Amino acid sequence: MNDFGPILILMAVSGLICTVMVVGSWVLGPKKLTPYKSSPYECGVAPSGEANERFPIKFYLVAILFVLFDIEVVFLWSWLTVFQSAPLDYQIFTGLAMLVYFAFWILGDWYVLKIGALDWDEAASLAPEKYIDSSLPAFDPSTSLTPERVAVNS
Amino acid sequence: MQSELYTIPSIDWSLVMPFIVVVITGVIGLLIEMFRPKQNNNAIVLVSLAGLAGAFALLIPQLGVTTTTTFAGMVLRDQFGVLLQLIIVAGAFLSLIFSEPYMKQRRIAHGEFYPMALWATSGAMLMVSSDNLLMIFVGLEVLSIALYCLAGLARDEQRSEEAALKYFLLGAFASAFLLYGIAFVYGITGSTSLAVFMETLARAPGINDLTVLFAITLLLVGFGFKTALVPFHQWTPDVYQGAPTNVTAFMSAVSKVAAFGAFARVLEASLPVQEFWMPALIVITILTMTVGNLAALVQKDVKRALGYSSIAHAGYVMVALLAYLQDPAKGSLGTVITYLAIYTFMTIGSFAVLSLTAVNKSEGTRYQDLYGLWNRAPLAAGCLVLFMVSLVGVPPTAGFLGKFQIFQDAMGAGLPLLAIALAINSFVSAYYYLQIVRAVFVDEEGALRVQSAPMNAGLRFALVICAVGVMPILFAPILSQGKQTVTLSKMIESGAFLQRPVASVPLNPEPGEKVEQITPSAPLSTVTGN
Repeated sequence: MNDFGPILILMAVSGLICTVMVVGSWVLGPKKLTPYKSSPYECGVAPSGEANERFPIKFYLVAILFVLFDIEVVFLWSWLTVFQSAPLDYQIFTGLAMLVYFAFWILGDWYVLKIGALDWDEAASLAPEKYIDSSLPAFDPSTSLTPERVAVNS
Repeated sequence: MQSELYTIPSIDWSLVMPFIVVVITGVIGLLIEMFRPKQNNNAIVLVSLAGLAGAFALLIPQLGVTTTTTFAGMVLRDQFGVLLQLIIVAGAFLSLIFSEPYMKQRRIAHGEFYPMALWATSGAMLMVSSDNLLMIFVGLEVLSIALYCLAGLARDEQRSEEAALKYFLLGAFASAFLLYGIAFVYGITGSTSLAVFMETLARAPGINDLTVLFAITLLLVGFGFKTALVPFHQWTPDVYQGAPTNVTAFMSAVSKVAAFGAFARVLEASLPVQEFWMPALIVITILTMTVGNLAALVQKDVKRALGYSSIAHAGYVMVALLAYLQDPAKGSLGTVITYLAIYTFMTIGSFAVLSLTAVNKSEGTRYQDLYGLWNRAPLAAGCLVLFMVSLVGVPPTAGFLGKFQIFQDAMGAGLPLLAIALAINSFVSAYYYLQIVRAVFVDEEGALRVQSAPMNAGLRFALVICAVGVMPILFAPILSQGKQTVTLSKMIESGAFLQRPVASVPLNPEPGEKVEQITPSAPLSTVTGN
């Protein structure tokens, strides 16, 4: 036990308290469910539709791209903190390193724009030129082989 | 103080040149894909293969040179790292070269595959060429994040999506374990360097410190996930089965080699508290071999069976690694490296043959889908038989040589239990490997209806290289001189690897604190104060 001992104790105690609270209320609490009570609460309005709706995947794409920008700021911020009080040769050295980093970052960004990942109405799909090969037979589902074979993209 | 804080590290670019070549090749590949989106991938394939070949050529002259560090100690070049990088680059090359025809058949010929595979390769190279935990982690993430995407390359197919999601969730979980362990190491030592970690462990209180045990346990769990050791292996069969076959080949070789390289360094640094983790790892290793092989027996899908087989093989590599750690004089890292190299050839070759089962947008990898392969593609079928025989470890193949060496090491190092478990498991594994061999030769009426893709030049090339790779003659010289050249203990002797002179790295030297001098040869009991 040293400096980290208290952290372990804290983790153990907080785990214990949470367990006791959750299990305790589950064991001790009375359960009288009515259909009305078990329906989800939606600001007092009668609920309609399913809760787990499908979201367009583009939302997640934008979220991921946001992370790209986010991390870039994290890097910039910590670098600039050191940069302002550093001697010139160090500023040049780290500046060049940052330039390399930004080259990669801009490339990624450029790629995103180029392939139209931010165009909401266009579904990017694989160009047929990528797989159509005159030496290959055309795709015919009726020739699919044994019945259990995985039919891709049905 | 001011000048020390802003030291510009001296950089030896030649050390990181292979890594840079691979990264830049990936960038070029992406640029080609950006500007020729509707074209075929031939240009990207050529550039990628040329880049990997260039990196391989740059690595070869580094083999003989002495251990050095650069980038302020962040990058380490030693023989162990260079050899593993060679295996990684070769593995990436072999799995890329048969990819294009396969991906065309599957209709997933995304040009982005090549840059991402190259960046994953660069991450793997980084992982094995540093003894700094943070660099290892960065390498691991570069490798893993690219692999998560690659596993879901066939994005229209549910199994591929499932593989990507499972791999991502479990991989992220494992990374968190690893990172937490690294945070503990930093908390203990004030550094993320494994050399400093080793010195701290050798000092009192060593094993009596709960924090140390916590840190090592977390690191073990993290690497256990990445190397697919048994209680942490659950993701492997699903991911290997669901991912496109060329990605599976890449994953099973490159990612495993990299994880074992980093794992070996971490375990090496944890040697002062060996009595804590050695018994646990012995149990884990036996479990890994046994569960991997037993579960493979009942599989109906070849890719899945090979996934379990890769778990079992991770166990075999662990036996070699533990033998070395138990007794560096008897065991040898040369055995670990050799077996990883042999395994790379065997596994990539097997998956390359399996890639033939993808025809016209669909793919079947069950045993039945291999029926009659002997008639349709004799070269591929013959090679598959060779790889299976080598995976079992039948004498004339390199697989036998590697296993025999591991067996010898384990017996010599005083781990007979592991050696016996290895031998028994080799017999058990013969059953399902021979199932695959049998499937190739089945010539029933049903076999006539099975189709496979036409043979292509890339696949032929990969198969021939892999088939040559399982010829034992290639590895005999490495093994015979392995004990002299590749052991880390040799590097420790030269003072260049993990155990640097203690005085040169003062650890948070506080006034009045007595820094104990450790002699590397001192028995563990006196060092740990037990």
